[in-house]
Amino acid sequence: MSLLTIEGLPAAEISRLLDLADGFVEVLDRPVPKVPALQGRTIGMLFYEVSTRTRMSFERAAKALSADTMTFSPSGSSVSKGESLKDTALTVGSMGPDLFVVRHASTGAPWRVAEWTGLPVINAGDGAHQHPTQALLDCLTVRQHFGKVDGLQVAIVGDIRHSRVARSTAQAMATMGASVRFIAPRTLLPFDVEGWPVETTCDFDGAIEDLDVVYMLRIQQERGGGDVFPSIGEYVNRFGLTRRRADRLPEHTMVLHPGPMNRGVEIDPAVADGPRSLVTKQVANGVAVRMAVLLDQLSGSEKS
Amino acid sequence: MPEVINADDLGRAIHRIAHEIAERNHGIENLVLLGIPRRGVPLAHRIAVVLEEIEGTSPPVGALDISMHRDDISSRPTPTLHGSSVPVDVTGRTVVLVDDVLYTGRTIRAALDAVNAFGRPAAVQLAVLVDRGHRQFPIRADFVGKNLPTSGAEQVVVDVEEVDGSDSVRVEVSSQAVHG
Repeated sequence: MSLLTIEGLPAAEISRLLDLADGFVEVLDRPVPKVPALQGRTIGMLFYEVSTRTRMSFERAAKALSADTMTFSPSGSSVSKGESLKDTALTVGSMGPDLFVVRHASTGAPWRVAEWTGLPVINAGDGAHQHPTQALLDCLTVRQHFGKVDGLQVAIVGDIRHSRVARSTAQAMATMGASVRFIAPRTLLPFDVEGWPVETTCDFDGAIEDLDVVYMLRIQQERGGGDVFPSIGEYVNRFGLTRRRADRLPEHTMVLHPGPMNRGVEIDPAVADGPRSLVTKQVANGVAVRMAVLLDQLSGSEKS
Repeated sequence: MPEVINADDLGRAIHRIAHEIAERNHGIENLVLLGIPRRGVPLAHRIAVVLEEIEGTSPPVGALDISMHRDDISSRPTPTLHGSSVPVDVTGRTVVLVDDVLYTGRTIRAALDAVNAFGRPAAVQLAVLVDRGHRQFPIRADFVGKNLPTSGAEQVVVDVEEVDGSDSVRVEVSSQAVHG
């Protein structure tokens, strides 16, 4: 059984994974933060897109569970000799991994790897589509801080259109009972946003006083996010979490960002490093969440 | 379902175990009690209460989660983590592991592994409410509430007030979930 998308995952299932992750937060806090749970298991990591935190987080999680990892990245591989995703997946699959973690620029690539190899796959981000472990770590971070997700007012701000994080996290938080709104220029909202469990607005300043959680997103230049508004200065003016805007947030409101941050664009450095920021907490929780997902995927499945 | 230990006898067994722990260790200095979740944890706290009565102070008490150290993770559903809380550095101390039922010994094997994540104890001892036999590892208990010979088809069901609302030990013949 794979974890490909957060869509359709019931609240009880999300809660179960978050509870498991909470347990791993304690494990990671032990003097020896490593357990033998997945000893002898091998995780194949296919990372076709650049990544710092997700890749290292999965590696850290796998190793804290005593699993071995084989990490593939296209540079320095046979991709430059023309090898297809399918051939690469089958090649690595023949080396005996128990599970794949897949990141790819194309929507659906992790589904294809699961089909071709018959192995469980964890989607570590496919194009602008899904990033389920990010959604889980965001929910965990919010639940740890507020004690719940249900009933919170959450705004996701910025380049929604190109963001798999916005899609996944909005779905997960809405499933868990939060009220989610997207705040973005019209040109950075998804085309099909009407069908989503969210409200949309272009008015950040008008919304700012009733928010519990502000989730800032980077403009995804690599997916064309920078081409749809007149200037960075104008964008920052209307959609950046500047110091002036952060000062207007209610006292209890917390700020999240999936990283990487473009300081001075979507978020002011003083806010990113300030007392409202849960950014480093998100990264730390990412390891615990990925441990929970890896264990959940591989427990109850005798090694074949 | 015959009750083999009632609430009163369970209390007496805890008292005796506490006395034996104090006697064996010449007091309680340098001891730490680690209960194995779920029912080992309240039992460890009860032993500590009795130790306080007889020794004047109680040793530190914690919980040792062993779920990630089990050897059957691959063949069972996703385990639940109960969380460890080890209140002191165990290095150089005598750790007394406390569990409700000693059966195959696999839980204790996992516990001996798990405790190493928290330091290097000077010694590890084992206290159990019930020893039902059928060991699959070379493991024995130092302090036993009751030896209860059983067949593999039976199960020993321990209820403790803190978890189940009442104290009792029963032997049941069935295939339903064991919580020992």
